[in-house]
Amino acid sequence: MKISYFPGCTLKTSAQNFESSAVNSAKILGVEMVELPRWNCCGVVTSLATDDLIHHVAAVRNLVRVQEMNKNGLVKDNYNLLTLCTMCYHTLGRANLRMKQNPEDLKSINDFMYLEEDYEGNVKVVHFLDLLRDTIGFDKVKEKVKKPLKSLKIAPYYGCMLLRPREIGIDDPESPTIQRDLLIALGADDIENAYGKRCCGSYQTLQDRNVISDLAYDILSRARLEGAEAISLSCPLCAFNLDNRQKEVIEKHPEFKPMPVFYFTQLMALAFGLDQETCGFDLNYIDPRPLLKEKNLI
Amino acid sequence: MATKKKSAKAPKAQVGESDLMARIADANKTVVQGVDDSIVEHWVTIYVMGRAYKVPATLTIMQAMEYAGYRFVRSCGCRAGFCGACATVFRRAGEYKLEAALACQTLVEDGIYLVQIPFAPAKKANYDLDNEVYDSATVFKFYPEVARCISCNTCTKSCPQDLQVMDYIQAMIRGDFEGVVKESFDCIQCGLCAIRCPAEIVQYHVAQLARRMYGKYGRPREKNVQKRVKDIESGKYKDEFKKIMALGKDEIQKVYIKQQQTREIY
Amino acid sequence: MVEKIVVSEKNIKFLKKVQELSGEDIILCDQCGVCSGSCPMVAEMDITPSNLMRMVQLGIEDVMKSKTMWLCASCFACTARCPRGLDLSKVAEALRLINLRKAIDQIDINNLSGEEIKRLPQIALVGGMRKFTS
Repeated sequence: MKISYFPGCTLKTSAQNFESSAVNSAKILGVEMVELPRWNCCGVVTSLATDDLIHHVAAVRNLVRVQEMNKNGLVKDNYNLLTLCTMCYHTLGRANLRMKQNPEDLKSINDFMYLEEDYEGNVKVVHFLDLLRDTIGFDKVKEKVKKPLKSLKIAPYYGCMLLRPREIGIDDPESPTIQRDLLIALGADDIENAYGKRCCGSYQTLQDRNVISDLAYDILSRARLEGAEAISLSCPLCAFNLDNRQKEVIEKHPEFKPMPVFYFTQLMALAFGLDQETCGFDLNYIDPRPLLKEKNLI
Repeated sequence: MATKKKSAKAPKAQVGESDLMARIADANKTVVQGVDDSIVEHWVTIYVMGRAYKVPATLTIMQAMEYAGYRFVRSCGCRAGFCGACATVFRRAGEYKLEAALACQTLVEDGIYLVQIPFAPAKKANYDLDNEVYDSATVFKFYPEVARCISCNTCTKSCPQDLQVMDYIQAMIRGDFEGVVKESFDCIQCGLCAIRCPAEIVQYHVAQLARRMYGKYGRPREKNVQKRVKDIESGKYKDEFKKIMALGKDEIQKVYIKQQQTREIY
Repeated sequence: MVEKIVVSEKNIKFLKKVQELSGEDIILCDQCGVCSGSCPMVAEMDITPSNLMRMVQLGIEDVMKSKTMWLCASCFACTARCPRGLDLSKVAEALRLINLRKAIDQIDINNLSGEEIKRLPQIALVGGMRKFTS
């Protein structure tokens, strides 16, 4: 199955491991992720004002590209747009909903982007976890597991953009199970994570590091309290705030033991038996390899 | 031979003012010397900063403005479409869209409404590439406003070279240096994109930094050149050079003429 | 200390402006406090999200001096839990935009060192610039 794929800027630079592990895991599941040609930054975070259309232009432009891909035969009759980063999923999805619910706004944007073909409103933005649950099925994922992540205690972390608000959420915002189901299919232990839906602080990391390190400390400590040895997540900004910012956490709390942070696709790639370069562990700030060696997973 | 153009006789005004009135009446006429209006077949009217001028239809905007009496002290450079000094913004009659063009390369059209933008007060970062990492993060360090791009495409619409400016800024955001180089190669740094950008990005300076970094770190080094440099450094040609340096003037002349006459097969 | 609040034409005008920009029926807020309880940034705020809504309901423009809407991380926890279905993230955005649209930026990117900017992923720069600069 070929599906249009929107990477998002960070996945091409500091989060390349997210992309390489995802693309290769998808191949094993029979999914070919075809990158959108001429895509542009989606423009996180979605604009929330009623009269603001210009900030949705970036997202709608990408939706037009999906139409073009179908016309050019890069994908066949597939108007789904696959995303990995939850912020991209959210921003593209919210813009899409706005266009579908407000035809006048869609017309304004189409008029503004007169150099592009009109967006017809028939693209569906899909997150990779959604694809795994609804289209591929966790059973199929389990079949492809060569190296079950036995005894690896991973707390699933969702952040905000995947679950809220309900119109865009892919799972119950209060009791999500989608990532947990994936991790169980990969053979990992079942860990509850009460703080899994708590915001990591998002773009506040730009102006106030203190707040972010406090939030990270709370989230990671709570996960450890529930028995977790690592976190699994789906957003490069969450990864930065929970992984890279552990530097500030340790400065503030010297007794804090660092906790590795994975993209869920890295765990998939590991479980499917792909090599370490595909998994891309060297881009993780807190090195997860000692933990993985301890569990005989590498 | 240049002939003095005939100008219409101005109405006789009061004494002392007649000269002034004549000059004012003449002001709307073309003032080029040596051209008889009767040889021009087609005329158009152009509006330069709101003022109307009747000019021959076969001229470029720059020539037409000079025909009308403008003497360029800025907004004029190579006159060959390469330097970007004559960046012009104009609107066609009856249209609302703004177009961008180079005055030296664009023919006039009837009714165009234009102004020239000789300079963009664009931010220019100072950098020492020897001390920087070849990474998009470096570009963000010097030009963080690149992250403000909203993909509105105004820059592309403002480009007189028809470059896909938005595409190369987006390539920069995702660290695709080669993409930036490809798309921005023909940029002449006229500044129109930066003037119109709602996010206040200086597209052409960002592209220049990217091209410099790509040239320094991204391009593969030419293997033959590297080999030759190594050979030179190892002293392979030291003796040959010593020989030549020791030759007298007559000897060198002989050697040179002989070399010019022989055909060597390499 | 008892403070007298007079709701004048000016107050109503401010409330209307925020309602128009956010698209939310701010009068519906019944001050239950669930939003404040859900907010991850509430510990840093000078007034809680519920307080913010109350001040906007009364059209008190002093709310613009608060740090609260600038500390909002657009996490939508309040939105997901509001029993009246109000979207508080939109109200915070409306308040931010009242300043931003006057070309008053909340952050000056020059205050970040070059090294700090290099460390940040683009997604942080893009998101922060969108919410804090005009």
